[in-house]
Amino acid sequence: MSDEKRKYTTVSIPVQLYEKIKQRIEGTGFTSVSDYVTYVLREVLASLEEEEKEEVFSKEEEEKVKERLRALGYLD
Amino acid sequence: MVSRPHGGRLVRRTVSDNTRERIVGEQHEYPAVTIDRGTAIDLENIAHGVYSPLDGFLTGEDYESVLDHMRLSDDTPWTIPVLLDADEPGFVEGDAILLFHAGTPVARMHVEDIYRYDKRHLALKVFGTDDPEHPGVMKVHSMNDYLVGGEIELLNEIPNEFGRYTLRPVETRVLFRERGWDTVVAFQTRNVPHTGHEYVQKAALTFVDGLFINPVLGKKKPGDYRDEVIIKAYEVLFEHYYPKDAATLATVRYEMRYAGPREAIHHAIMRKNFGCTHFIVGRDHAGVGDYYGPYDAWKIFDEFPDLGITPMFIREAFYCRKCAGMVNAKICPHGGEHHEKISGTRLRRMITGGIQPPEHLMRPEVFEVISSFEKPFVE
Ligand SMILES: [Zn+2]
Repeated sequence: MSDEKRKYTTVSIPVQLYEKIKQRIEGTGFTSVSDYVTYVLREVLASLEEEEKEEVFSKEEEEKVKERLRALGYLD
Repeated sequence: MVSRPHGGRLVRRTVSDNTRERIVGEQHEYPAVTIDRGTAIDLENIAHGVYSPLDGFLTGEDYESVLDHMRLSDDTPWTIPVLLDADEPGFVEGDAILLFHAGTPVARMHVEDIYRYDKRHLALKVFGTDDPEHPGVMKVHSMNDYLVGGEIELLNEIPNEFGRYTLRPVETRVLFRERGWDTVVAFQTRNVPHTGHEYVQKAALTFVDGLFINPVLGKKKPGDYRDEVIIKAYEVLFEHYYPKDAATLATVRYEMRYAGPREAIHHAIMRKNFGCTHFIVGRDHAGVGDYYGPYDAWKIFDEFPDLGITPMFIREAFYCRKCAGMVNAKICPHGGEHHEKISGTRLRRMITGGIQPPEHLMRPEVFEVISSFEKPFVE
């Protein structure tokens, strides 16, 4: 089992940015700057990944799938 | 472009015919574990990518992470632990074992991790309660004392009398693309459609290219509509009231956990894997009794900016006599005395008594289909 302590790490951000975030999260659901930073980073990473290409199946496999979909009446 | 699979890749853990034959031929050489139907269905969902990126049952590290952070240990959002429980195991980490259901070897599993767990802790984390009356908690207490984590390979499909309607993520993804749908909203259901459902679905469809109605087939309790009744009712609704090029119907097998908000996220992830970009989250979604607040399942989505599927929160619909149509609380200015709420219990009572509900509550074609079944409900 992994050590609970190892689940978080420290990164550095400029003090001014930290202060800005601290003000911004006042009265929101975020309880710490770390929470907010984590939230934003996840959002940014997710939107970057979203732009990556969708995986494609082999032509052969795709034909097989289409055949089944046609047989079941899902495709004309 | 349909949604990317959760975690970035669509999992496929099935084997070639040759491999299956070989493994089944050697079946007596493997330690065997018998699994129940719910676990077998989870297994099938893993193998076909409905639970991507899971390629097996959770290891201890992922288990702890899902309980504590609602994420896999690699930070991918994941809220419902998918577990294989076993008795005092007659195998060790590193072994390959065979999983049997109803006497058939359904999967080979590569045991990565065997660990003990605290049932009360599991229940409190996932269901927010350890009340043994909660069906999910009850199930946890019936589980064996060990959990086994590791990758699986599906050897045999679990018998499925609705195979004709059961599409896999690879299939829905091709289907959506062939239909030219870039945005698809999923609606999960375990009921026959009344006009309130239709309103919510069509309200959502207004904003996207396609509507994917995805009834969940699985364990039922007495009084629930039988699976074929739900399917037939939707078929007739589609035939008469839905645009052919913008809506489709396919089922998924899944055993409800009744974990409320956590399960709403899980339901969304499953639909993301089918290729949907949007998911309709109901009021008290996946709830039971009054364990969860009516909008808890909406609020939890705020915690997952990286979920990769957009929730659609559409308020409960009711009929307003003044508006003369289906509305919701946000768009109707009239008082409660003009409203007719659609109660599933009331509709069920009418149907049982052979009384046709008024057309503004249920389409006559739907009622006709339900009535054509001698026993529309599970006994
Ligand atoms: Zn009104």
